[in-house]
Amino acid sequence: MQTNVLEYLEQTLPRVPDKTAFADDTVQLSFAQVSQNARAIGSALHRDGLYGEPVVVFMEKSPTAINAFFGVIYAGCYYVPLDVEMPAFRIEMILEQLKPRAVICDAVTQPQLPQFGYTGKTYLFDEVIKTPVNDAALAQIRAKQLDIDPIYIVFTSGSTGVPKGILACHRSVIDYIENLSETLGFNENTVFGNQTPLYFDACLKELYPTLKFGATTWLVPKQCFSFPIQLVEYLNAHKINTICWVVSALTMISATGTFKTVRPETLHTIAFGSEVFPVKQFKRWREVLPEAKFTNLYGPTEATGMSCYYHVDRDFEETDAIPIGKPFRNTGIILLDEHNKEAAYGEPGEICIRGTCLTMGYFGQPDKTAEVFTQNPLQTRFPELIYRTGDIAHYNEDGDLVFVSRKDYQIKHMGHRIELGEIEINCGLYEGVEAVGCIYDKVKGKIVLFYTGNVEKSELAAYLKERLPRYMQPNKIRQLDEMPHTPNGKLDRKALAAIYEGES
Amino acid sequence: MSETLSTIIEILQDLHEDVDFESETKLIDNKILDSFDIVTLISELSNEFDITIPADKIIPENFNSAQALANMVEELEDE
Repeated sequence: MQTNVLEYLEQTLPRVPDKTAFADDTVQLSFAQVSQNARAIGSALHRDGLYGEPVVVFMEKSPTAINAFFGVIYAGCYYVPLDVEMPAFRIEMILEQLKPRAVICDAVTQPQLPQFGYTGKTYLFDEVIKTPVNDAALAQIRAKQLDIDPIYIVFTSGSTGVPKGILACHRSVIDYIENLSETLGFNENTVFGNQTPLYFDACLKELYPTLKFGATTWLVPKQCFSFPIQLVEYLNAHKINTICWVVSALTMISATGTFKTVRPETLHTIAFGSEVFPVKQFKRWREVLPEAKFTNLYGPTEATGMSCYYHVDRDFEETDAIPIGKPFRNTGIILLDEHNKEAAYGEPGEICIRGTCLTMGYFGQPDKTAEVFTQNPLQTRFPELIYRTGDIAHYNEDGDLVFVSRKDYQIKHMGHRIELGEIEINCGLYEGVEAVGCIYDKVKGKIVLFYTGNVEKSELAAYLKERLPRYMQPNKIRQLDEMPHTPNGKLDRKALAAIYEGES
Repeated sequence: MSETLSTIIEILQDLHEDVDFESETKLIDNKILDSFDIVTLISELSNEFDITIPADKIIPENFNSAQALANMVEELEDE
């Protein structure tokens, strides 16, 4: 039985040592290089006494950053990818939570480290991979590792203004990769075109199946996602056949009529998720790629990647929503109503997830963890956890799950999960700002921030850029004389929506 | 300043309150506009000017400055 994700690499290596595993326009790493580098990094971390603790990977998005992740796992530690474009304030907040003793960086990020007040060990990727490999030590580490040991932490938006670090173990990732691969039909001929950043669990879809099958992952340059023709040409140039992208990246191509100029030649597997795919745009994709397999995926980071899938093999009305479908094998979904009872069939309920896919919770935040990782209320005779997603769904007549709404103020914006509360809290901390309210225009995909106080809009915008990641930046900022409140004193988001609608 | 240009600057200002769009001519090269912005811009310009921006116009040269955007919009309006 497989108990460690690195077994994927070790089993593939003798079969295709010289094949390219991970590549971008400047670096191409073969499986042999990935293995060598990872074992060297693992040996260096072990030599310096690191074990069973977080190791931060603070590198630009590249094949080498991915390679560093595996090095951290070889050492029996867990990797924490940090985004180089994240505002300094946020990086400091994350480092404060983790208190890491080691950071792996590259030549670009190394000079930035001192400004975060970090004083621990620093490993420069290009140097640390020269460490002699100590296979005996790595074998000893492996022998004491269990499949319930963590391998990564990814940080997600927190409604209290502090990002939450979600910790996942080998077993959950293996469970996910096995079932995802079966569902989407990955194999050794799969050529992935990665779009998602490495600091989210979304990239698991490419990273581990590449190791498992001896497939290849191309990291598509970020700028391509601004220019649709360039993007499709890139897919064709690298014979990319499989993509798991956010919906906005796909609709950007179809909505601009790109297919009139250039068509994807090799693409046959397209997965998307986290957001509603407008049926009109989906139809354009199906027209141009009638033989391709299109799959809608759904799942929260807390349940390791994705939990449900729906193969879109029929046409939909433009007013219909594409279902999120059925859970992966070995994942269970329960819909609970507000009384903690199973919702009647066809009625809406909160999606609660059970299974090996459940992550270990929030790093260093037991109270937050206990709020959403709870005992299964339908089964009280022995301990069994479920994760409460906060997503509301119902079953349609085909027995497929259909997403309805959120219980709270979490939104999905350009594929990113964001708590509006986190934006509000950060904005409220700016001197001069008195009241803050945020709404999300789902139709146009815009975060709209309202505030009161004697502060210039441009000043507030500049401040927010320093505090919040790019994807959390409000798309529109509006200054109000007074913040609307409901009769019982809560922020009146409906009134804000009405003000916003009144503008256009 | 033409009406088209000033409308475009208003739209751009909504994206980034803190950038001087009247003078900046390297919006793409200097990574001021990213893919989020481009997607937003395309939909806003299409609505505002009632035009369709075809994929072959969505190239870095047309998005590097407010003036370049205005030129593109005016060209598409004439068609």
